[in-house]
Formats: sequence, structure tokens, C-alpha cells
Amino acid sequence: MSSEAPAVQARALVKRYGRITAVDHVDLTVKAGDVYGYLGPNGAGKTTTLRMMLGLITPDAGTVELFGRDPLTEGVRALDGVAGFVEAPRFYPYLTGRKNLELVAALDGGGAAERIDAALDTVELADRARDKVGGYSHGMRQRLGLAGALLRDPRLLILDEPATGLDPGGMRDMRLLIRRLADEGMTVLLSSHLMAEVEELCDRVVIIASGRVRYEGALDELIATTAGRYELRTTDDERAHQIATAQRGIDDLVRDGRGLTFAAAGEGAATALSIALGEAGVGIAALVPRTATLEELFFRMTEDVPAEPSAPAATTAADAVLAEEVRA
Amino acid sequence: MSAVTAPRVARRAQQHPGIRTVYAWELRKLRAQKRTYIGLGAAALVPLIFVVALLSSSGGPDEIPFGRYVKETGLAVPLVGLLFSSVWLFPLITSLVAGDIVSAEDNHGTLKTILTRSTERWQIFVAKLLAALTYVFAALIVFVTVGLVLGGTFWGFDPLTSLSGTQIPAGRGMLLIGGSALAYFIPLIAIASIAFLLSTVTHNSAAAVVGTLILSFMMQLLAIISGLDFMRPYLLSEQFDAWQGLLRDPTDWAPIAHAGWVSACYAVPALLWAFVAFVRRDVAG
Repeated sequence: MSSEAPAVQARALVKRYGRITAVDHVDLTVKAGDVYGYLGPNGAGKTTTLRMMLGLITPDAGTVELFGRDPLTEGVRALDGVAGFVEAPRFYPYLTGRKNLELVAALDGGGAAERIDAALDTVELADRARDKVGGYSHGMRQRLGLAGALLRDPRLLILDEPATGLDPGGMRDMRLLIRRLADEGMTVLLSSHLMAEVEELCDRVVIIASGRVRYEGALDELIATTAGRYELRTTDDERAHQIATAQRGIDDLVRDGRGLTFAAAGEGAATALSIALGEAGVGIAALVPRTATLEELFFRMTEDVPAEPSAPAATTAADAVLAEEVRA
Repeated sequence: MSAVTAPRVARRAQQHPGIRTVYAWELRKLRAQKRTYIGLGAAALVPLIFVVALLSSSGGPDEIPFGRYVKETGLAVPLVGLLFSSVWLFPLITSLVAGDIVSAEDNHGTLKTILTRSTERWQIFVAKLLAALTYVFAALIVFVTVGLVLGGTFWGFDPLTSLSGTQIPAGRGMLLIGGSALAYFIPLIAIASIAFLLSTVTHNSAAAVVGTLILSFMMQLLAIISGLDFMRPYLLSEQFDAWQGLLRDPTDWAPIAHAGWVSACYAVPALLWAFVAFVRRDVAG
């Protein structure tokens, strides 16, 4: 296992089911220490990608390596230092929570069995550990799944929608735990639908739709691509729209029920517009910089994506924004 | 959920478990499931029903080997039971577990749980196969032991008359009954292998259990069609009688050797197919 190798490196990963291409030439790199968000709508190919990473399914093309090891050729040795679950974690319903953990610890070997008590404490299942898993709620099974992953003392934790089915308190606790594990140096690959969760936890993201990567990179950079937009509310939006249209450095003017939004070529252009509005007697109720949320960016990138298998995937923020502009 | 402490036992070089560990856990899983006890219970109940039927009737199954001796010595009871049980009891007990042991993991979604740990797929395959065979052998031992104990209780342990007409003392008779159970186990391995294959490729326990039973019954039907006599020596159903060679004087090993290679002809391709399917399959459920 190479300590220099990325935690996860997928190159041109492809998985087809009949005529459907579930994962279409996906490239992604999770560096050691990343908290990496994997975003996409249902059916985008997220879980299929995670399954290939864990060696559960075989790619039709491309490679995936975990710390430089390919699960396809090295089997479970490629999973040393890697833990997690895809979809909902599954356990034997006729065994207790503790017995299930003892079983997976036995299959892990090493010191996994020594970590059972600590893992149960961490996910607060110690008092239900002697109950059969068949009687567990969905949230308890999620927590048991996380406990099972922690037994491996992983360097890379792969979690597929870990907060799904948890109540608000459970979701908050799950986020806190993931954050803490990341702070301790664990690399986390988090597949999620929850934008707030990803924005709070992740420093890098990949956004996938129809099996293709729409964006991969730093979350900050993605958000920053939307900098330079402003929201304007005035006493006379129609007149303001006319003035803004004629103003240099003002583009992409959009009028909606609440006012105007526009892109300004720097603060100078926005200032010049405010002066022009004042001179024209248009009162300014609000002129505020507006940054898109991850959720807005996500929908822009993933909604109405045409299924074009041969189209190149956007791999940078600039590409993604350009692609969005072309589509617009 | 506590965000205060996470388990951070010092990381050490990963030691991967061996087959023995995986096998032990497969047995534990079997012990935790009700269907395990249904099969073992049936293996205990059938000899009991057989003995009760014998006690309540004046005659016995005179037309089959050892049938005329069941009320003379308890040693004959498990042997007659073996003859009856090859029709449905042991194919059913075998397919109930061997046909379920892989597909149940699909049904519970737990295959992905165990395949993402530190155990190779081939180890899990071998451990599951060994566990299924262990269970079948345990059921066989339960069946023979219950038959022997009940038979001995009601009819004693007088010498057994061999198929050659010689007398077999009780001690040697018990040894030969044990040997017969081992010989009986040979075609059961083949039945278990077929069930294991169906369990692996169908991912469906019901399909694997029913499919195995249908195959078993089909072979029994083929065996009674007079025009297909040439097939009879190669049908699995016929191999269940191989143990009778041990109860001849001198011992006739030929039927046991025949049962060995015929059963292997069924078991080996089934297991190879199952192995390839198991280690190469996509686990998407």
C-alpha cells in the first residue's frame, strides 16, 4: 500500500447494465485527508461507483484504486484501511447487534474485535447491543453500520447516505461524528442527497448526473464561480431594468417577482449602476452580492441533463459553468 | 449518537482471518436460524414415527433389505430408515440448508457486508460449503443415532443378519452402521453441491430448494422407468443404496466406489460452476 497514493483514484470508470450506462467514464480523486462529497440525483451512478470502489462489482472499463491498490486485482487486500457501506448497511436479523459486530470483526481479523465496545459506545447502541437486529429501527441499523465500519479502524471511510432515515438529532450527531473522524485524520467519501450536510462537512465534491461527472473539485471554488452576481430591489424595477441593460459591465440580467439579479464585472460596475439609478430617481431598496448555494448549483448541473454518452464530462468549475452557459 | 469518543485502538498490520474462522461463523449463523432446527428436528422425528408405526402394527417392511429384522434387533432400524429417507427426507434436509446458505445472504443483503471485510470470496465460498455439509452430516448422525437408540430400546441389540445371511455381532454392527452413514453421505454431498449451485446462481432460496428437490425426484422417476435401465447406475438416487455393500460378507466395496465417482461427477461440475459464479459475480443488491 502506497502512503503517497490518493485514498481513491478512479480513472475512466465505466459500468453498463445492458444498454444503460450507469457510470460513464468517471474520473475522481480523493486525496488523503479529504472530506469528499459525492453528489448526484437518484440513479446518477453514485452507488454503482461506490460498489466498484469496494470491489463488489466489476467495472466494464477503467480503473479504481484505493491507496494505490486495485480491488479488482488485489481483492480484499485493497480494502485494508478502508471501511464503509453502500446503500443501507445490512446485518443478520436473527443475530444481536453485538453478535453481528463480532461476526464482521472476525471476518476482519486483527484487532477489530477489541474495538466492538468502543464502536457501540460511539454510535450509542451499547444498551441495545443484545437485541436482535431484526427489531432495530432504520436509524439504529445505520448506526450499527457505522459501528461496523469503525471496527476496521479505517483510514478511508466510504459512506453512502449515512444520514438517510435518521431523525434530525440523529442526523446532527452523524454529522458531528463524521466531522470529528475527519478532524482526526480520517479520509471520508460521503455520498449524500443532503446539500446542507455536504456543505457543512465536505471540502471537495464531485457532482454526477446520468453517470457522468459534471464537476469535480473544491467546494469553495465551485461556490466562487458564482461570485459577482448581485440582487437588486428598487422602487421601479422596470426602469431599473432599462438602466441596467444600458450600463457597461452589467450582464445576465434577470427580472423576477422579487426584483432583479445580474452579473457585474467587478464592484465598480455595481457601484456605477447604483449611481445611475440614483441619478434617474430610482430608489434602491437593496443591492446585495448574491452567491449561489450548493443546492442551486447542484440543480443547475443535474437537471435536464441530456444523455449524451459521447459528450466530454466537465471536470473543472470553469467547464461546469461554461457548460451551463452553453445550455442556457 | 455520541460525538465524544470514537474507537481509536492503535492501528496494526492487518491480519486476515483464515477459513476456520469463517467456517466457525457460518456454523454460528446456522445455529441461530430456526430452519436449522426444523431439519434436525425432522431427522429426529422421522425415526420416532417409524418406530411408533412399527410398534402399532403386527408386521414390518419385509420387502426391503433388513425390513424383516426390524423387530428382531434395534440395529436394523436405522438401516431401514436410511432406505426410506433417500426418497425425500434427506434430499429435503440437504436442500433446505445448502440451497439457502448463499441465497439467504442475497435476501438479507448481507453479502455486501461480508464481502467488504478482510475475507476473500473463495474463503467465504469454501466456509459456506463446509458448513452446509457439516449440517447435512449432523442431520444424518442425528437420524441414525435416534433410530439406533429407539430400536435398541424396544428390540434390543441382538446380532444383525447381514445381506449374505451371516450374523453380525452388536459391536461390529454399530461400526458398520456408522460406516453405512458415511457411505450414505457420499450422494448427499452431490445433492448438497447441486443445491449450493442453485443457491449461488439463482440468488433465491425457494428456487434452490425446490429445484434441488425436483432434480432428486426426477432421478428417482428415471430409475423406475424400465426402458431407461442403462441410466440407473449413473443416477444419484441409486447411490443411496451403496452402503449395503458394507453389510455383505465379505464386504463389497464396489458399490461404494461406484457411488463415489458417480457422485463426484455431479458434485465437482456443480461446485466448479458455483465457485466461478460466486467469485466473479457482481454484488449489486
